[in-house]
Amino acid sequence: MNNRFAEPMQPVPYRIQGFERETHDTFTLELKASDEVSRTVFAPGQFNMLYVFGTGEVPISISSHPANIASIKHTTRVVGTVTKAMHNLKAGDIIGVRGPFGTSWPLELARGKDVVVVAGGIGLAPLRPALFELIAYRERYHRIILLYGTRTPRDILFKRDLKRWRSRFGLQVHVTVDRATGAWRGNVGVVIKLIPRAPFDPSNAIALICGPEVMMRFSIEALRQRGIPQENIFVSMERNMKCGVGFCGHCQFGPHFICKDGPVFPYDRIESIFRKAEV
Amino acid sequence: MKTLEAPLREHPFFQGLSDSHLETIAGCGRNIQFAAGETIFQEGQEADYFYVIRHGRVALDVHGSHRGAVTIETVEAGEIIGWSWLVPPYRWRFSARAVVKTRAIALDGRCLRGKCEQDSQLGYELFKRFAHVFSERLDHTILQLLDIYCETPVKRTSR
Amino acid sequence: MQVIDRKSFDTLFDVLRARGFEVIGPLVRDGAVVYDHLRSASELPIGWTDQQAPGTYRLIKQDSAALFGYSVGPHSWKKFFLPPTHRLWRSKRSGQGFKITTEDEKTPRYAFIGVRGCELQAISVQDQVFLRGPCTEPIYRSRREAAFIVAVNCNTPGGNCFCVSMKTGPKVTGPFDLALTEVLQGDDHYFVVETGSEKGRAVIADIPHRPAGSAEVAISEKLAEQAAAKMGRTLDSAHIKELLYRNLEHPRWDDVARRCLSCTNCTLVCPTCFCTTVEDVTDLSGEHAERWRRWDSCFTMDFSYIHGGYIRPTVKARYRQWMTHKLASWIDQFGTSGCVGCGRCITWCPVGIDITAEAKAIGADGIPASPVIE
Repeated sequence: MNNRFAEPMQPVPYRIQGFERETHDTFTLELKASDEVSRTVFAPGQFNMLYVFGTGEVPISISSHPANIASIKHTTRVVGTVTKAMHNLKAGDIIGVRGPFGTSWPLELARGKDVVVVAGGIGLAPLRPALFELIAYRERYHRIILLYGTRTPRDILFKRDLKRWRSRFGLQVHVTVDRATGAWRGNVGVVIKLIPRAPFDPSNAIALICGPEVMMRFSIEALRQRGIPQENIFVSMERNMKCGVGFCGHCQFGPHFICKDGPVFPYDRIESIFRKAEV
Repeated sequence: MKTLEAPLREHPFFQGLSDSHLETIAGCGRNIQFAAGETIFQEGQEADYFYVIRHGRVALDVHGSHRGAVTIETVEAGEIIGWSWLVPPYRWRFSARAVVKTRAIALDGRCLRGKCEQDSQLGYELFKRFAHVFSERLDHTILQLLDIYCETPVKRTSR
Repeated sequence: MQVIDRKSFDTLFDVLRARGFEVIGPLVRDGAVVYDHLRSASELPIGWTDQQAPGTYRLIKQDSAALFGYSVGPHSWKKFFLPPTHRLWRSKRSGQGFKITTEDEKTPRYAFIGVRGCELQAISVQDQVFLRGPCTEPIYRSRREAAFIVAVNCNTPGGNCFCVSMKTGPKVTGPFDLALTEVLQGDDHYFVVETGSEKGRAVIADIPHRPAGSAEVAISEKLAEQAAAKMGRTLDSAHIKELLYRNLEHPRWDDVARRCLSCTNCTLVCPTCFCTTVEDVTDLSGEHAERWRRWDSCFTMDFSYIHGGYIRPTVKARYRQWMTHKLASWIDQFGTSGCVGCGRCITWCPVGIDITAEAKAIGADGIPASPVIE
């Protein structure tokens, strides 16, 4: 990506190599560096600021395999003007990229441990690179458990990946939806419900959580009740971002800048403000 | 029945109950099986049983008028279905169907209610456990109600 | 230390201009002392002083020849290093994409005349924000490095000042190029000058000056002491961080929320507030786009908007955010307080909210700050 410290506010042009419709409102852009920049390097959990010419710029989580340096994927829902404009782009169009920014999932702390990944909705997107990496070095970890909740069966993301992870890589994958019709034969219920009986050893586990804040709050509660200490629980936070480099002040969460002190935080670091409304 | 005490004792819901209480409860129960797709009970029917799931998965459905059946929850091994037998008018609030082949213990509600009237200690032990179930179900319902993966974002104001 | 006579002071302007600086300093406009381009010393607010109280600012003309007999007005020096609006780049459509052109703009070389102790500290505070992290802000940096600072020790603090509490004045602490103390006693009118840099030494060399005598130095020190005793208010900054962190749910926040209009005045006048927003705009043809940066304020609703809603929809939450950031979180972020005790937020608040009074109210019956628990 760009030399982000020299000209922090200038996007680097990337070409859209692929556009995949994941669900009715979620899509993945695959970007290839154009011209002088040939490698796309990032750590799982980081994000880029993506710029649509003349429309605006938004932070989007990177959702691809970290080992793939030829292209990079971003998965997002259509939620506003910029994502709507992005949704109308096609292969060959150019998009501006600044980044990667932010802290990453601390997979090095998970060595020799059970890894519990709790994802809610679009929260699975920034966790997918972590799952790819956990699988790539499978022997370093004990059990890897993915608990993934979303609204309805038609909102399930990355169905192919879920299937492969379940069948080929010895991951325990549990998918649940908030509601369903008769055709669905899987779990129905909030993702929190999967935590009390998930087969991990709380005295030797780390948890990675990403999803709506209220879901993260309840998940943390359930994981703590199982006995995972606060310092072994990691969450990905989100706030309004304008610059991504710690100058505009918008992404502050207490004393932390989500763009540079986060988005990934160990829960013990933010515990005192996490449960407070409107911080 | 003596043969039911062992599976009841192992089931998470009945953890910590005394042997005599377990024996009393087992006296109200019998083993039961459902084939995949089989209806277990219908919304509105008299709620005469309390199901302790041993194996399989049960979907709890609610019928909206034009929406057809919506599954609001699935229940797995180690969980229980139903407290409608505890609260008058003792009628099911939703329907239940086995998603896959399911084995359960069906405990007769009227029988259990009678035993609890006689032995209030047993009643209290059961209520403590149900309070926990209610509280969890409420938490989960709140989350489902919040529609946290909401499709439509809040409209922006201009201030 | 040197001394420059009042008459020779005028040459300071010529010397700075000859060195290619745009001279910026205080002048009277629209009923206030503001900072803008100055051509000569005669444009300074000579003989003016100010009366400040919560929500009140009045300029009063006195029969005095003092050049710096007032305290700070609604402007701060931040608008020169962090311009209120600034175009970051231009771009135009090119094939399926676009090409960005950076502005090769000439960095303005400012010489500030009259920077007070609190303001000097405010510049240092912003230096910490923009220059000391892993990323430096290029616009701020280029202007900051090119600037020449002539600081002035306050003889007449304002009614809302509390620089003594925040340890930022009234005597200026570095870094400056030159620091002046104006002495006006009877027929004597001169400036005791302290040089703070090579650049400062070079400038002084071109202005008629003489070494300061011990009596003159003593007078300037006496003036500093007298100014320190004239503070309008105080703030106990010793454990303010822990106090505010522990009292995020204090009822005082509801109280101030009933008064606060969320008008953003405080953030506009504050010399350390640095929040900005980014706007991407196009022309009518859609072929050309520009990215602009402009000042923003945490008091606006939009500030905290993310898809799904607003993080801080209530005025209470936004006031709490501003004050806890300024006095508490800033310390964890940048190693200093964000507040320099200039009192501008108190003066320019239309309903006269006083940050020192709010801190006191929370300190009076809130969860105590000490002993500090980590």
